Amino acid sequence: MSGIVDAIGIVVIIGAIKVIVAFVALLVVTLVVVWAERKIIADMQSRVGPNRWGPFGLLQTLADGMKLFFKEDFRPASADRWTYALAPVAAMVPAFLAFAVVPLGDDVTIAGREIDLVVTDINIGVLYFLAMGSLGVYGIVLAGWASGSKFPLLGGVRSTAQMISYEIALGLSLVPVVLAAGSLSMVDIVAQQADTVGNVTFFDGIPVLEQVADLFRYMPNWYIWSQWPAFAIFFISGIAETNRAPFDLPEAETELIAGFHTEYSGIRFAMFFLGEYIHVVVISAVAVTLFFGGWHGPGFDFLPWLWPLVWFMLKTTVFVYLFVWLRATMPRLRYDRLMWLGWKRLIPAALVWIMVTAVVNTPGISRNIRLAVFGALFLGVVTWVFRGDPRMKDIVTPQRRTTRGVA
Amino acid sequence: MNTPDYLPILFLLVLSTLFAVGSMLAASKLSPRRWTSAKLQSYESGMVPEKDVAGDRFPVKFYLVAMLFIIFDIETAFLYPWAVAYDELGLFGLAEMGVFIAILLAAYAYVWKRGGLEWVE
Repeated sequence: MSGIVDAIGIVVIIGAIKVIVAFVALLVVTLVVVWAERKIIADMQSRVGPNRWGPFGLLQTLADGMKLFFKEDFRPASADRWTYALAPVAAMVPAFLAFAVVPLGDDVTIAGREIDLVVTDINIGVLYFLAMGSLGVYGIVLAGWASGSKFPLLGGVRSTAQMISYEIALGLSLVPVVLAAGSLSMVDIVAQQADTVGNVTFFDGIPVLEQVADLFRYMPNWYIWSQWPAFAIFFISGIAETNRAPFDLPEAETELIAGFHTEYSGIRFAMFFLGEYIHVVVISAVAVTLFFGGWHGPGFDFLPWLWPLVWFMLKTTVFVYLFVWLRATMPRLRYDRLMWLGWKRLIPAALVWIMVTAVVNTPGISRNIRLAVFGALFLGVVTWVFRGDPRMKDIVTPQRRTTRGVA
Repeated sequence: MNTPDYLPILFLLVLSTLFAVGSMLAASKLSPRRWTSAKLQSYESGMVPEKDVAGDRFPVKFYLVAMLFIIFDIETAFLYPWAVAYDELGLFGLAEMGVFIAILLAAYAYVWKRGGLEWVE
């Protein structure tokens, strides 16, 4: 045994164990999340939801997964053979990979060896997460293209445009957090959010009311307080990245049958499904990690290593629930509205917010400049809110159509 | 770059690919395979497909979005190292990035003005 350990190295073995644990955990979590989504949406629609397999229907997803193994998996004659076969793999694998950089808990000591509860703490964690999100687009685009059928083609092309549009907003929304933390490593970013906000004076010197100051001493030092615009942009584009309602245009059932996976059946369909749900879990986990203090939370003497994991899972669950809730509540956006939101609102908003964060975080910048920036920002938001809906000004009227249309 | 840091990612890649390929192989053994010509037609809500769409054309709008994406994505890539090193750059970094983003916003405004971001005319 020790011979093997010496040959491969304990680091490699620990890495392998972490990977296996994370992989199995993700699979189990997906089973539960799919079940939970069906149950919650059923509840919101006054239905019962799955209730046949296992207690409260908990094993329903497993049963469905098993069933899909036994379902015929055929390939349309017009499909491109290998691309069609491998697109589901390309959609699923990056979703798993993205999870690798999310820290799940504090360091634990097992057999005298300190192990950090993250699959791997690479120093470009945030960038890596974005890269894996981009790779996931390939699976969907290739699936749509390779099916050789009109609905998947439309779904695939749409999803490319949608995902690359929202990817910019997603990438830009994380820059302010990185700027504030000064690191791309998710472990570092979580470490920055330890403790509470503490003693607060606004703009280096304006004192705060004693009662308010007390509140701040108990408030956890999460990035959400200072970076909530970044979080809003991140979460909206995160939903669009995962192709979930209200941004599920690529598979819009009512117009595109099932979009990019219309021609997929059996186990290959299951893979798209798995990839989507893991992506939801990963986006939720990253939102928690970057904006909500990651695994930080009150610890107790009883099983001290367990509490960080519990807090992390609870926080992540809240966001997964939010995803489900949104799906049950929001109608799907029209495609041009979707692109409008991404290109004309989220991207400029993210750019402005980056510059604001930069000004505020500049070392040694004077208090007056900070006050001026916040004042300008406040005025800008107020004007923005009260300017009315610009879309109402240029609705396409029949009159305008005729001036251009008849050739 | 610290190689052991990236090793688990490689493991995860291998494991998830094996899982995917393995389950596809298992499914191919477990599932029936009764292909008929009707079943292999591309799906069109039960109609006989009008035409083959493989390699068909699609609106040029998507092409424009792809071009814009490349420009803005490279910008994002520039922003990350700047953000990490911001503490050391200070005011100089702020001014530099201000100029960079201003140039980019000018191009962005131009695209907006010319209707490059419009989907419905």
